[in-house]
Amino acid sequence: MAYQLKYSRYGEFAILIEWPAKIHTSILKNSLLFKKAITSFYIKKKVEVVSSYNSLLIIYPNAIDKFNSEVSNLKHLYFKGFVTEVKNTTTWEIPVCYDADFGTDIEAFSVEKKMSKTEIIKLHSTAIYTIYFTGFLPGFLYLGGLHSRLFLDRKKTPNLKVKKGAVAIGGNQTGVYPNDSPGGWHIIGNSPIDFFNVNTNPPSLFKSGDQLKFTPIDASSYLEIKQQILKSEYHLKSFITHD
Amino acid sequence: MIKVLKSGFYSSIQDAGRFGYRHFGVPVSGSMDAYASKFANLIIGNTEDASVLEITMMGPELQFLKPTIIAVSGADMQPSLNNSPIKLNIPIKIFANDVLSFGKLQNGIRAYISVKGGFKTAEVLGSNSMYKNITTINRISVDNKLDYADLVTPGFGYNSTVKYDNSLFSCSEIEAYKGPEFDKLTTANKDQIFNAEFKISKLNNRMAYQLEPLVPNLLTPILTSPVLPGTVQLTPSGRLIVLMRDCQTTGGYPRILQLTERSINILSQKYTGMSLKINQKTY
Repeated sequence: MAYQLKYSRYGEFAILIEWPAKIHTSILKNSLLFKKAITSFYIKKKVEVVSSYNSLLIIYPNAIDKFNSEVSNLKHLYFKGFVTEVKNTTTWEIPVCYDADFGTDIEAFSVEKKMSKTEIIKLHSTAIYTIYFTGFLPGFLYLGGLHSRLFLDRKKTPNLKVKKGAVAIGGNQTGVYPNDSPGGWHIIGNSPIDFFNVNTNPPSLFKSGDQLKFTPIDASSYLEIKQQILKSEYHLKSFITHD
Repeated sequence: MIKVLKSGFYSSIQDAGRFGYRHFGVPVSGSMDAYASKFANLIIGNTEDASVLEITMMGPELQFLKPTIIAVSGADMQPSLNNSPIKLNIPIKIFANDVLSFGKLQNGIRAYISVKGGFKTAEVLGSNSMYKNITTINRISVDNKLDYADLVTPGFGYNSTVKYDNSLFSCSEIEAYKGPEFDKLTTANKDQIFNAEFKISKLNNRMAYQLEPLVPNLLTPILTSPVLPGTVQLTPSGRLIVLMRDCQTTGGYPRILQLTERSINILSQKYTGMSLKINQKTY
C-alpha cells in the first residue's frame, strides 16, 4: 500500500517524511521498507535515518543544497515500490520478575486498577508487543500492543531514579528502562536483560519491526540470569515467524 | 597526559559528535559551540573534528605531563599558563609540567581547549564525546588523567591569519526556520514568538535551554517523533524548550522551530538571564 506522504525540510541538514499521524503496524511496515530503500540509495553518503511511529527523518552530513531535487529522488524511490519479500519476524522473549521487590509500584497499580497482581501479570505477559522504534534513552523501545485494561496515566510527580531494567506502564504504553533514569511510569517489574550495551556490536539487539513478549520469572531466576549476563553466558531467547 | 588539578564547573571531552547511532536512541552530543571547537582545532593544525575539552563558566586547572601545542577558543575565561596570561585563539607551546588555569569569565560561557593531535580518551561508538551511560564518565573530575597524542613535529607548523568571529558573543538575535508543527500556531502565537524578548531560564544545560516568558498556546502533543539539536519545542504549558547537542533523539512536544547551526553556536555561549530575540529565516 502506498500512502500520501508529506516531505518537509527540517533545518539545514534534514528532510522529514511523514505518514498519517497514527500508530499502526501497516504504517510501521511501510516506513521501514522505505527506510531500507533510502539507506541503500544513500549507501555512499553518511546519511542517518531515524524512524518513529509515523515519520522518517533523513539527516545528511552536509547542508542540503537542492531540497527539491532531493525530494524528487525520494518520491521516485517511494513510487518505485518495494520488493515485498517473505518477511521473517523475530520475537524476543524478555524475562521479567514481577515480584513486589522488583515491581515497586505493582501493589499500588493493583489497588488503583482494582485488579489482582496475577491478572496484571497475565495481561502484561501474554501480549505480543511490536517494537516501533528506539528513542528517549539509548535502548529505550517504544512498544505497541499494551492491553487497554492496563492503561494508567503517568504519575503526577516523576521518580528521580527509576532503576535499570524497570518494566513500566505509562498511559497506553509499556517499556523497559535501559539504564537508571528519572521517569514517571508505574513500575510493575524488572528485567535482568541489558537493553543497551556499548561494549557489544551492535549496542542493542532489538530492531524496529521486531516483536517482543515478557516471560514472568521468579527472583532466583532473575539473579541467575544476571550472573550469566555478567559472564557473557546468557543468550536471549527468540523465535522467528513468517508473515 | 593531563592531570586534572581542578575540574572547573563542568568540563567534558567533546568532538564533532556521535553519528550513526541515533536510531538506537543515542544522542549526537559534541561541542556545544561547534564554531569555537573547530577554530581551536584548526588553529593548531588538527582536523576540525578532533576531540577537545569543553569547559563551562569556571575553568579547570590542568597540568600537562608532556610537551604539546594547545589553543583555547570560545568564551574568554582569562586563561593563564604558569600564572602568566595567555591569548585566546593562538597556538601555545606547552612544556612538561606546565599548568593551565583560568580566571574570571569575561564573555560567553563555554571555551574549548584543543591539543595537537586531539585527546586520546576512550572512543565509544565512533566518538570521544562524553555522555552519561555511553562513556564511563560524563565529565572530568580531580585526578582524572587525560591522554593526548605525542608531539611528533615540534614547532607550530601552521600559519594563519584567520580572525575569530567575536560577534557571536554580542549577538542577541538567533535565527530559526519553521519547524514541522509551526503551521499549527496561531498568528498571535507567531507574533509573540518573533517579537517578544526572551530570557534564558536557569534551566539551561547541554541537553536544552528553556526560555521565558511562556507562550500560551492550544497546540496538542504529537506522536513521539524525531528531533534534532536546535529544535524548539513548545509545551502545552507554554514553555519554549530549545534542544541542544545532548538532546534526546525523539520527543512528543510540537516542534515549532529549527535553529540554524550558527544560532545553536550563539545560544551555546549564553547563560541564565540573558535576553534574546528570535528571527524567522526562510529556506
